[in-house]
Amino acid sequence: MANFDQELDATGLNCPLPILRAKKALASMSSGQVLHIIATDPGSVKDFDAFAKQTGNELMESKEEGGKFEFLIKKA
Amino acid sequence: MSEKKLAIIATKGTLDWGYPPFILASTAAALGYETQIFFTFYGLQLLKKKINVKVSPLGNPGMPMPMGMDKWFPVLGTAIPGMEAMMTAMMKAKMKSKGVASLEELREMCIDGDVKMIACQMTVDLFDMNQSDFLEGIEFGGAATFFEFAGESDICLYI
Repeated sequence: MANFDQELDATGLNCPLPILRAKKALASMSSGQVLHIIATDPGSVKDFDAFAKQTGNELMESKEEGGKFEFLIKKA
Repeated sequence: MSEKKLAIIATKGTLDWGYPPFILASTAAALGYETQIFFTFYGLQLLKKKINVKVSPLGNPGMPMPMGMDKWFPVLGTAIPGMEAMMTAMMKAKMKSKGVASLEELREMCIDGDVKMIACQMTVDLFDMNQSDFLEGIEFGGAATFFEFAGESDICLYI
């Protein structure tokens, strides 16, 4: 996984908390910085894709590994 | 990106039905929607300083009951005193174990996301409620207040 500036552990959290926590984390970051999110909610895969499309933040990577979902989002 | 608008009317005052307005409003706010919720009738319970709502198995055949309880307590059994309190406690414990946010937490996130909350003044008067029972910073208004925003909205939901 590529480099990131900040990490958000959203494991164990269910919809819509991973998205809401990610939004909050992104708000404190500056444009171009990358947020790494780890989640266990299977719904978060589609949700982060939809979040990125609607907010203009770029979803650089989305993958599953050992039951965990990881995302890299670059702040617009 | 031009800001979309979401208008919600929240009419229900139970633990389960309190979720849709707060989940949708907080998520919409995170996606950049300008969002308003108009709370009317039993929905006003969700705007009280301390949220005190329950979930009832009574008259709710769709509610999954743990341990085959629906077989031991068919229909009338769900009217037994204490059932409501017990089901509410079980539902809250279940939600916590599954990482589902509490209503208070979601409401807080709505406030953080600048979701505007309006309490129906008519209902407040009808049920002799006091404005001081409600969260600070909310507005009180009527149907025309709702339409001022809803008329411009992209999505309008009645929950």
